[in-house]
Amino acid sequence: MTDYFKEIFYGLKSLLIGMGITIRYCFSPVVTVQYPHETLKMPARFKGHIELIPDEQTGTSKCIACGMCQRTCPSGCISVDGEKPEGAKTKMMTSFMLDYTKCSLCGLCVESCTFSAIRHSMRYNLAGTSKQAYIIDLKKRLEESKK
Amino acid sequence: METILHYINLVLYVEPLRLLLYLAGLIMFVAANAAYLVLLERKVAGHIQLRIGPKENGPFGLLQPLADGIKLMTKQLLTPSGIDPILFRIAPVMVMVPAIMSFVVIPFSDSIVARNMDIGLLVVLAFATINFLGLLLGAWGSRNKYAIMSAARVVSQNIAYEIPMLVTIVAIIMVSGSLNMHTIVSQQLGGFWQWNLLNIKASLLMPAAFLIMFICMLAETNRAPFDLVEAESELVAGPFIEYSSMGFGLFFMAEYSNIVIGACLATILFLGGWGCPFGILPGVHWFLIKIYLLIFMVVWIRWTFPRTTFYGLLNLSWKVLIPVSFVNLILTSAMLKVF
Repeated sequence: MTDYFKEIFYGLKSLLIGMGITIRYCFSPVVTVQYPHETLKMPARFKGHIELIPDEQTGTSKCIACGMCQRTCPSGCISVDGEKPEGAKTKMMTSFMLDYTKCSLCGLCVESCTFSAIRHSMRYNLAGTSKQAYIIDLKKRLEESKK
Repeated sequence: METILHYINLVLYVEPLRLLLYLAGLIMFVAANAAYLVLLERKVAGHIQLRIGPKENGPFGLLQPLADGIKLMTKQLLTPSGIDPILFRIAPVMVMVPAIMSFVVIPFSDSIVARNMDIGLLVVLAFATINFLGLLLGAWGSRNKYAIMSAARVVSQNIAYEIPMLVTIVAIIMVSGSLNMHTIVSQQLGGFWQWNLLNIKASLLMPAAFLIMFICMLAETNRAPFDLVEAESELVAGPFIEYSSMGFGLFFMAEYSNIVIGACLATILFLGGWGCPFGILPGVHWFLIKIYLLIFMVVWIRWTFPRTTFYGLLNLSWKVLIPVSFVNLILTSAMLKVF
């Protein structure tokens, strides 16, 4: 008989504790990020597709088109072209194309770059209607970001 | 508000007009409640889970019920083959009409009551029972095994929970000596110490009786944690699984209006109806505050507790609620005899 009342008592008590927890949650601030209206800041080590780092003084790319990244890339998605202008000491990069459809984001290109000219970008919400949209001209992108 | 309505009552004391006004008003009240309780439910569910709930349609998602209504109405009303054509069509009506009818006798305040009957309480309880018949017939008519299974659950669950509820109500009737809800409330006016909830002079178990009444109301309206009837994971959607469009909409509206009726009943029987807890300014606002607080409790409970098992549900009724309500009944009658 005492067990019967004990069960009722502890049952009621645990129910009230549960309700206490939910009401506390009900009035605590929501954690939802209203995605299209607001976005989260990506953490520093987020790996998006690669992009060129602008030089702090000139604002142009630090790339000298040595081709290390192109050779390291296991998927063969980077193609760099460069030429040596008259009288200059180093080569100048003329085009830097990334085929993002093949990229597996391994990051070997970033590691292999001795001039710290490339990094991972923070882009995560990519969408496109054609394959062509993911063949990205990184040089053009850098110039556009400068403006 | 009160005086204006009273005035309207006097001016329009032409019976047919008065009836028409009350009918339209009650239907509007039921529809608005059904629509906005869904929103309340979704909002509370969201906030308990640290989400926001509907927010895109209108400020705070206030137009969401309208959008849902339009969506439901534009959908096709599908009738599967092999159904019982009469029962299938009659069932939503049989569920919805009693829900509206019950409001006829509910006194919202001293002057706002469509028809103040001497057997008002009995009318509400009788209409509440027709609701299950509607669910059973609808499920039977739609020739679906899940529907029939959940209809069987509806019936056994409601038989189990009707008993403690009625026994508790009988105790209240013995205290007040009337089935007229207006009289029952009138006896509790003056402050919260007059409420039947705290009427310890009549029986020490009155607070427990309120709890029993509240639990039974949850079970009768098939709300969580007693929503074995709907049990999405096993029975898909309950007795109205084959209904689409507004057929489903009617069942849904009836479900929410039954919650409102249950809250009204609990308020009238235990919480002093339209009376103010501190004895000042009684009126319809207090009635509304009380029922919506109770409804909030119902929603809060739904999003707190998981569904019970069927044995747990029946055990709770037969082993706890029914004995306690009988003890309360005996205690009440003894106290009434002695004092």
